[in-house]
Amino acid sequence: MSIGLHKSEFSNPVVRWIDQRLPVFTMMQKEYGTFPTPRNFNYFWNFGALAMVTLMIMIATGIFLSMHYAAHTSLAFDSVERIMRDVNAGWLIRYVHMNGASMFFIVVYIHIFRGMYYGSYKAPRELLWMLGVVIFLLMMATAFMGYVLPWGQMSFWGATVITNLFSAFPVVGNYIVELLWGGFSVDNPTLNRFFSLHYLLPFVILGVVFLHVAALHITGSNNPLGIEPKGPQDTLPFHPYYTAKDSVGLVVYFIVFAVLVFFAPNYLGHPDNYIPANPLVTPPHIVPEWYFLPYYAILRAVPDKLGGVLLMFGSILIWFVLPWLDRSPVRSMRFRPLARLFFLLWTVNFLVLLWVGAKPAEGTYVLIAQIATAYYFAYFLVILPLLAKFERPLPLPESISRPVLGGGPLPMGAAAKPMEKA
Amino acid sequence: MADTAHAAPDGAPRRDFLKLVTGAFAAVGVGAIAWPFIASLQPAKDTLALASTDVDLAPITEGQAVTVMWRGKPVFVRSRTPKEIEEARAVAVNSLPDPATDQSRVQREQWLVLIGICTHLGCVPTGQRPTDTRGDYGGWFCPCHGSHYDTSGRIRKGPAPRNLDVPQYAFTSDTKIRIG
Repeated sequence: MSIGLHKSEFSNPVVRWIDQRLPVFTMMQKEYGTFPTPRNFNYFWNFGALAMVTLMIMIATGIFLSMHYAAHTSLAFDSVERIMRDVNAGWLIRYVHMNGASMFFIVVYIHIFRGMYYGSYKAPRELLWMLGVVIFLLMMATAFMGYVLPWGQMSFWGATVITNLFSAFPVVGNYIVELLWGGFSVDNPTLNRFFSLHYLLPFVILGVVFLHVAALHITGSNNPLGIEPKGPQDTLPFHPYYTAKDSVGLVVYFIVFAVLVFFAPNYLGHPDNYIPANPLVTPPHIVPEWYFLPYYAILRAVPDKLGGVLLMFGSILIWFVLPWLDRSPVRSMRFRPLARLFFLLWTVNFLVLLWVGAKPAEGTYVLIAQIATAYYFAYFLVILPLLAKFERPLPLPESISRPVLGGGPLPMGAAAKPMEKA
Repeated sequence: MADTAHAAPDGAPRRDFLKLVTGAFAAVGVGAIAWPFIASLQPAKDTLALASTDVDLAPITEGQAVTVMWRGKPVFVRSRTPKEIEEARAVAVNSLPDPATDQSRVQREQWLVLIGICTHLGCVPTGQRPTDTRGDYGGWFCPCHGSHYDTSGRIRKGPAPRNLDVPQYAFTSDTKIRIG
C-alpha cells in the first residue's frame, strides 16, 4: 500500500480503490454499519430516519414540480392546475408534495415529543437539540413560503397576514415588511422571492441535518432509559438491527402517507386555496395550515399586537434554552413521576392550542387559548425549573442490558456508579 | 446475532433467499416510484393536444411556399411548379445520398410538405421566400453548414445525413391538410 492512502478494509477491488483515496465506504461502515447504538430503542426512535426520508421525498417531488411551475402572479395558479390536469402523474407528484409537508410536521412533532419526553436535549446533547430547533424553524419558513406558491386565496392572505406580523416591531417594522414584499403589498416580487427561497431553504435544511447527525454521532443516541451505554453489552450495531427496525417503521409511515395521498389528499388543506388569489377580497375565515395552528392560537390569545407576535416567536425560541431550564440530571421521564405528568399535560395542552387555533377568535375560545398559552410557557419557565429542585426521581437501572439480560456481571466502571444522576 | 444466523442448519441459503427477495422488492419499489417522475417529464396532455395543425392550401399559388408551425417546429408547404416536379423525378434515385423517390415523399405531386429542420444539426434551411437562396438544386439551402436540398426536399450535397423529414399529414379536403 502506498503512503498517503487510507488503509481500507474492503476486499472488492473497485470499492477498495475508491475507499483508499476517499474513505466514504469506511465512513458509512463506521457511522451506519457498526455504529454502536443503545439496544433498547423503542419505535419513537424511528422518527429521525422518517424525517430524513420525508426531506428526500420533498426535495425530489419539489424539483419535479418546479419544472412545471411558473412563479408569476398571472401564471402561478393556472400552472398548478395544469400540473394537476395535464402533466403526466402531476397530480400524484403534487399531492405527495402537499401531503408530504403535513407528514413532515407529523413526523417532526413526534420526533420533538420524543426528545422532550426522554430528555434527549440534556447534556451532552444540548447543541444537537439546538440544531434540531434550527431545522424546525427552517422547516416552518419553507412550509409557509411553499404554501404561498399556488397563489390561491389562502396563499395570498396567509402571506399577507404572516408578513404583516413583522409590522408589529416598533420603528423598523414597516421597513422589514416592505423588504419582505419588495413592494407595498404581497405581489409578484413577493411570489418570485418566495419561490427562490422555497427552493433554497430545503438544501439549507439538508446542511443543518448533516450537522445534526454529525453531532449525534459524537454523543451517541439517547435511549428510553436515558442512561448512557456502559459497554458493548448495552449496544447493537446500527446495521442490521436498526436499519431493520427503521424499515418496519418506514412501511407503516408509507401506509399512512399513501392513505392521505390517495384517499384524502385535500383533507388537511383548505378549499379556499382552490380559488385564485384576489387582493380585493379577504376570505371570511383565515386559518393557517394545521401545523401552524398552535402558534396561531398563541398569537391570537394576546390582546396586544406586539405582545402576541413576541409570544408566538418566543413559543419556539424558548426551546433553544430548554436544556438550561430543565436542570434535573435525570433524562428519561420514566423516572420522573411529576415531570412526566406535567409534560403529558403540556402535550395535551399543545393539542388544545392546535384545536383552538382553528376556531374563530371569539368568546370562550379566546379564554381557552389564553389558559393554554399560559400553561405552555409556565411549563418551561416555572414548572421545569422547580421540578429540578423538588422532584424526587425513581431509582435508575444500573445499565441498559441489566434489566433485559438479567444479572450478568457488570463491567467495573458501571458497578462503581450505579446511579447516573448525581 | 450469533443465535439468529445459526438457528437452522440451512440458515445460510435462507438468508440468501431473504436478501434476494428483499432486493427484488426494493428494485420493484424504486422502479414504481421512478415511473411517475419520468412520466412527468414527457409531453403533458395540453402539449399533446396542440400536436396537430390545419393548413388551408387554397390561397397558395403555384410556385409559392408557406411555413406553418407544428409542435413548435416549422413545416414547409410548397406548391411545386411542373418544372420542379419534373426535376425531382428526373434524377436517378440510386445516385442520391439518401435514396427515395419523389413519389414516396408526396401524397399529391403538386404539394410538398416537409419538416423545415435540417437533418444535420437542426437549423432552418432557406428557400421558402422567392428572394431566398435555394442552393444548387433549387430546393432549400441550409446556411449553417451548407447542405443543399432539391425540389423534393432530398439531401443532395453537404453534411446532412438524411432527406428533410415528411411529417404525418392527410388531406381533409381538396384544399386542406391536417398535419399530425
